Amino acid sequence: MTGGPLPRTVDDSLFTADGTALLGSRCDDCGAHTFPRQGGCPRCTGSSMADVALAREGTLWSFTIQGFRPKTPYQGPDEFEPYGVGYVELPGQLIVEARLTENDPDRLEIGMPMRMEMIPFRTDDAGEPVLTFAFTPVGRS
Amino acid sequence: MTAALAIVGIGIHPFGRTEGVSGRAQAVHAVRAALADAGVRFGDMQFGFGGSWSAGDPDTLVSELGLTSLPFINVANGCATGGSALIGADAAIRSGTHDLGLVVGFDKHPRGAFNTDPASHGIGAWYGETGLMLTTQFFGLKIQRYLHTHGIGTEVLATIAEKAFRNGALNPNAWRRKEIGADEIAAAPMISHPLTQYMYCSPGEGAVAFVVCRADRAHDYCENPVHLSGAALRSRRYGSFEVFSPWLAVDAAQSPTVDAAAAAFAQAGLTPADVDVAQVQDTESGAELMHMAETGLCEHGAQEELISSGATTITGSLPVNTDGGCIANGEPIGASGLRQVYETALQLRGEAGDHQVPGDPRVGFTHVYGAPGISACTVLTR
Ligand SMILES: [Zn+2]
Repeated sequence: MTGGPLPRTVDDSLFTADGTALLGSRCDDCGAHTFPRQGGCPRCTGSSMADVALAREGTLWSFTIQGFRPKTPYQGPDEFEPYGVGYVELPGQLIVEARLTENDPDRLEIGMPMRMEMIPFRTDDAGEPVLTFAFTPVGRS
Repeated sequence: MTAALAIVGIGIHPFGRTEGVSGRAQAVHAVRAALADAGVRFGDMQFGFGGSWSAGDPDTLVSELGLTSLPFINVANGCATGGSALIGADAAIRSGTHDLGLVVGFDKHPRGAFNTDPASHGIGAWYGETGLMLTTQFFGLKIQRYLHTHGIGTEVLATIAEKAFRNGALNPNAWRRKEIGADEIAAAPMISHPLTQYMYCSPGEGAVAFVVCRADRAHDYCENPVHLSGAALRSRRYGSFEVFSPWLAVDAAQSPTVDAAAAAFAQAGLTPADVDVAQVQDTESGAELMHMAETGLCEHGAQEELISSGATTITGSLPVNTDGGCIANGEPIGASGLRQVYETALQLRGEAGDHQVPGDPRVGFTHVYGAPGISACTVLTR
């Protein structure tokens, strides 16, 4: 990308303005984090939440492989390939749910380091890629 | 606390797929069976609580059952619909408002996995569009973490489903009535690793109804009443791991099952060790495994030995899901929780036939769990 408009995402409100990190909320009163952003704190029940960029690296907390193509409202490609889904712990913040770039359960292990990236999820009507976030095992392609 | 409510009439429409019979008609069938069991007429009912997710408004059943002007309250609380209806009936009787009434739950769902709209859970459309909003997926994620935390192997998941089909084969009201071996279950198509197709329940159909009354008048209607000694519904805490969660708190908290079970046992003045027969939510095998410990029936990590040694079978020391559970009965959401209570009533009355637990059981326990992180539990006694 060289200065042009940022690629389209599944929901721009999920990401920081530069599109490189997930955007969550942090409670000014108790420090609890949420994703996506929300106005009320689920821990202390207050309502002083501020935007915060979430860490891009963490560790795999749990995982599964989605084995069948979900029904609507799923909008992935018609041609279905099983995909990994996991929860990744971002230290000191929260545990975020995300698609994984790896779909072989034998290559996934709870506790392994993971990094967030933006991946093409589907193609829109104009043929342009629509991006979503995913986590990939660190040190693997 | 002394039980206020007694179940004096029980009725069921068989679970599964009944082509050409509406959910409402199945509900009417169950209600008439419960009324006959108690020896009363619909005109004797002073109140009704009813629940259905997708088979019509329960209060419209009066057009078939009788237009008597009774107060009929519709209950919609997901998988806890049946438990919530019973809790409502318990309050109506405990308060002295009514003496005798009806509780009914029924449903009829289309084939295939449940379809859920993210907006109804306050979640953005992206969550469904990108393929994260599936209950099947959640259970895979939850059991994966649980097995890792407690050092339990995956083999036991097939053993649980094998037991469900074996018990279902003994239950004339069950949907799945054919035994399936653990090897075949383990080798079935993977739905959400490590859970295979035969480890999951499916949306289905069915209806259950009860005639309930003041406990001190139970013997006017029934020789063998079953008492609702404890009943509790709880929602999730900050930090618990629930279905449809785009994020979790790092600091873990106990699940709503733990809270609901503890409250139900406390109300009954009993402990999990007193339970003779238990029905716990088995949306899939892993759920039964986790819920056994979350309800307090065993320690976390003790399930593997209990299950592989046969303790949770009908003749074991801790019989669990003796009617085949959700795995063999399917899940008609509005009826599922009341099916557990129906099975428990059969067991405590000694009328469960081929799936009867030996040894004259006196204390039964039921548990449901569902989105968005709720649980309802009951303790039933003779
Ligand atoms: Zn707070």
